[in-house]
Amino acid sequence: MSDTKRLKEQILAISGVNPRKCMKCGKCSGACPAYDEMEYHPHQFVAMVEDGRIDQLLASDSLWMCLSCFACVERCPRQVEPAHLIEGVRLALIRQQNQNHLHAEDIPPKLNDALPQQAIVSAYRKYSK
Amino acid sequence: MTYSYYPGCTLKNKARELDDYARRAAAKLGVTMEELPEWQCCGGVYPIAKDEIATKLSSVRALMAARDAGQDLLTLCSACHHVLKRVNHDLQTDEAVQTKVNNYLAPEQPYTGETKVIHYLEMLRDVVGFENLKKQVVNPLKGMKIAPYYGCLLLRPSAVLAMDDPENPAIMEDFIKAIGATPVAYPYRNECCGGYVAMEAPEYACKRCNAINASAASFGAEAIITACPLCMYNLRQNAADPLPVYYFTQLLARALGVEEDEA
Ligand code: SF4
Ligand code: SF4
Repeated sequence: MSDTKRLKEQILAISGVNPRKCMKCGKCSGACPAYDEMEYHPHQFVAMVEDGRIDQLLASDSLWMCLSCFACVERCPRQVEPAHLIEGVRLALIRQQNQNHLHAEDIPPKLNDALPQQAIVSAYRKYSK
Repeated sequence: MTYSYYPGCTLKNKARELDDYARRAAAKLGVTMEELPEWQCCGGVYPIAKDEIATKLSSVRALMAARDAGQDLLTLCSACHHVLKRVNHDLQTDEAVQTKVNNYLAPEQPYTGETKVIHYLEMLRDVVGFENLKKQVVNPLKGMKIAPYYGCLLLRPSAVLAMDDPENPAIMEDFIKAIGATPVAYPYRNECCGGYVAMEAPEYACKRCNAINASAASFGAEAIITACPLCMYNLRQNAADPLPVYYFTQLLARALGVEEDEA
């Protein structure tokens, strides 16, 4: 199995998503509040994982822009669950050695008195392993 | 009515008011909130990965403790509710998760998602009843125009959360009416505040919150209500000219005349 194929299998297994169900309607990206911040949009994640263009996704900041708001999951007419696929790609990266996006030592300077614990826990869960 | 209650980490700290006001109001309404004797942080975000078990265990322990107490599990924070409800759904529907979790925890009685998870707002609507709540209001918030802010976590994915219509919800509007105030209809009520980017990329959260706050204000809102500490933080810190943001429980306690009571 080629590395790309292995990576794709891994992402599909983590996410439980079948990108072949996608009918390329673009509704997920139309609903996405992160659209303007993303280089690759939710429907492109779906297509690019299916096509094996995963390296581009792994190298893109788009990975950190998804808010896990589940608007794409709610509105996709084919139950593709694009947010789950994006999580799969993100995890395929941060489960590797030294690929964390947020480091524990970077947190203290970002704190302020009002910041809820929830913000720290959630970001750490999303961005680091 | 007695519930097992899961407060979550933020409600013991920065969002203490969300919890305090909920307890005061519940006492007034004859609802008993029995905090689980032991609970751990839910992690704040639902662990999406199909192959991860460890990140779901704290939720399972709480769900199982409620089952063992023979009670429904009451939640208050939107994020905890979201996580507990979705993990519970996994235990109900995903055999692989069920097997791994039960193998690992080895409970006397395997856990398969028996607990009913109910959010405080659902408890008000479905158990207390908004009509009945209205009758108990001693201090109606007459004339106050309030924008209900749902955010993402209470509503989506609706196939699992099943609180209300995800695109046209009514539970917060009906709550606002029950406490004597006027709900403001505006298009951003179920849009994301930016959530966990608050710490990493506050300018990004700003864009989201400006849009929400400006939309609510343009439709005449004087205040916004939320059930989520992170939404509250983002809307207060990251919006220009922010409207006052309240936890829904504070206005509930005010309407019931118990805002100043001892928690
Ligand atoms: S979950 Fe992520 S990808 Fe999906 S709509 Fe929300 S921000 Fe966009
Ligand atoms: S909404 Fe669903 S079907 Fe449409 S492009 Fe997105 S993933 Fe594909």
